[in-house]
Order: sequence, then C-alpha cells, then structure tokens
Amino acid sequence: MPQDWLNGLIGGGLIGAGAGLYLLGAGRIAGISGIAGSVVDGLLDGLPRRALSAWSESLLFALGLLLAPIPFLALGGEIDIRIAAGAPALIVAGLLVGFGARLGSGCTSGHGVCGGARLSKRSLAAMATFMAVAIAVVFVGRLV
Amino acid sequence: MRKIVAFVAGLVFGLGLLISDMANPARVLAFLDVAAIAEGTWDPTLAFVMGGAMAVSALAWLIAYRRSAPVFGGSLPGAPKQSIDARLLGGSALFGAGWGLAGICPGPALTAAGLGGAPMLLFIGAMLVGMMIYNRVDRMLTAAPA
Repeated sequence: MPQDWLNGLIGGGLIGAGAGLYLLGAGRIAGISGIAGSVVDGLLDGLPRRALSAWSESLLFALGLLLAPIPFLALGGEIDIRIAAGAPALIVAGLLVGFGARLGSGCTSGHGVCGGARLSKRSLAAMATFMAVAIAVVFVGRLV
Repeated sequence: MRKIVAFVAGLVFGLGLLISDMANPARVLAFLDVAAIAEGTWDPTLAFVMGGAMAVSALAWLIAYRRSAPVFGGSLPGAPKQSIDARLLGGSALFGAGWGLAGICPGPALTAAGLGGAPMLLFIGAMLVGMMIYNRVDRMLTAAPA
C-alpha cells in the first residue's frame, strides 16, 4: 500500500505539473471536461477564425492525454484497467458525467486540481458536492 | 509554441493519471467506497493523488499571480467567479452521480481510451453525447427570456 501512495503522490505531482504548464505557458485551465466540451462545441457550432487557435489547443491537450499510454508503456509502466460497470450503467454514467460536468462548469480536474488549488469558492463547493454524491452512489450500490 | 505547450501539458497530465493508477476505474471506486473504512480495506490513494496535484497546481497559481501574462502569449485567467448557483451545484451533483456509478471522469476516460477496450469507448461515447446534449440545452436556456 505505501508504494501505491508514493505512486499516487508522484503521479499527482505530474498531474499538477501538467496543469501548471498549461496555466503558465498558455494561460489556460487544465479542466478536461472544459477541454473536451469546447472541442464538441466547436464541432457543433462551427468555429469563427478568431476561436480556431484556442480550439486547436484544446484538441492538442486532449491528444496528449490520448497518447500518454505510449511513453508510459514504453518506459515499462504497467496498468490494468478494470471496469466493473455493465453497458447500461456505463451509458447512464457517461451521459451524467458529460452533461453534469458541462452544466457545473467543471469536473475533478477543473474544479479539483485547478480551481480548488487557488481556493475558488465555486470550485470548493463543486468538489464537496460531487464527492458527496459519488460516495453516496457507491454506498447505495453496495446495498442493491 | 502554445500548441506544443498544450500537447506536452496533456501528455504530462496523462502520465500522472497512469502512474498514480487513477486511469483505472476500480482504483477510483475503491476510494469512493467509504464503507470499506470499517472493514479495513479502504484505498486512500486518490487523496494522495489529489493532494500532490493540488500542491503543485497551487504553486503554479502563486507564480501566475506574480506574472502579467503567460510565457507564450495570451492572457492569464481572471479572478474566479464568486456566485454559487443552482447550475454549479446541480451540474456537480449529476457529475458526481455518474462518477460514482462507473468510477470514470473525463481525464482518466481520455487517457485510458486506448487501454480500456469496448467498455471505456462506450463510456466516452456516452460522455460526448452528454456534452452535445448540454450544448443544445445551454443554447435553449440562453435564448429563453430571463
């Protein structure tokens, strides 16, 4: 277990470093729902010329996430992705996560890693809300 | 240069999710399962990840507040909005329900897209549809007279 916690701290530090690099280098918040949502919005609404560079930055950040397993595996990292939920639960969960994070202006990264770290009241309220609801859902899931 | 920064930032962020094992939904659910505390099987790893991430991110904010602009052009984010409204709390509650149901949030979903097989792709597809639905609902809410 302590090895897991150490990996957690190191991995967490890298997550913070990625967010910090995006903030200090480009002035942008590394909120993944915002990044994915802005890519979706750009595809649905069309892109005026002045919005094109911000949109392509979002797309490139998402591409970085998608390709991260390549260097990780090449460096000998091991990961076992275990998904317990069945197809109906995954569909409902995905819809709730996508819609909810956009309505609430952020998810674990935007409100947690970014907003929470600068003690934004809105982000702290959002974090408290989604943590409490997620814990409650897992608890109820134990009973059914 | 900003585009290279965006790609590298995403890559580093994703590596962090993989090293910490947060791209693995079972690991996230093991943290959210607080009833396991009484059973002695609770997994606190997510708290270490969030603590490490927020500490480094806070440092970046402290540096940002001393600068007038980002290193590669553009502008820094303004002061955070203050109003805690129904959209913020309702959206966060819906997000939390989905997160608790599957143990997957947007960052780990994209990072593990190529590793999690069909179930992960199903989740990502539904998440993108959820974002498309929001796009339309938001337009209706904004167009409606206040």
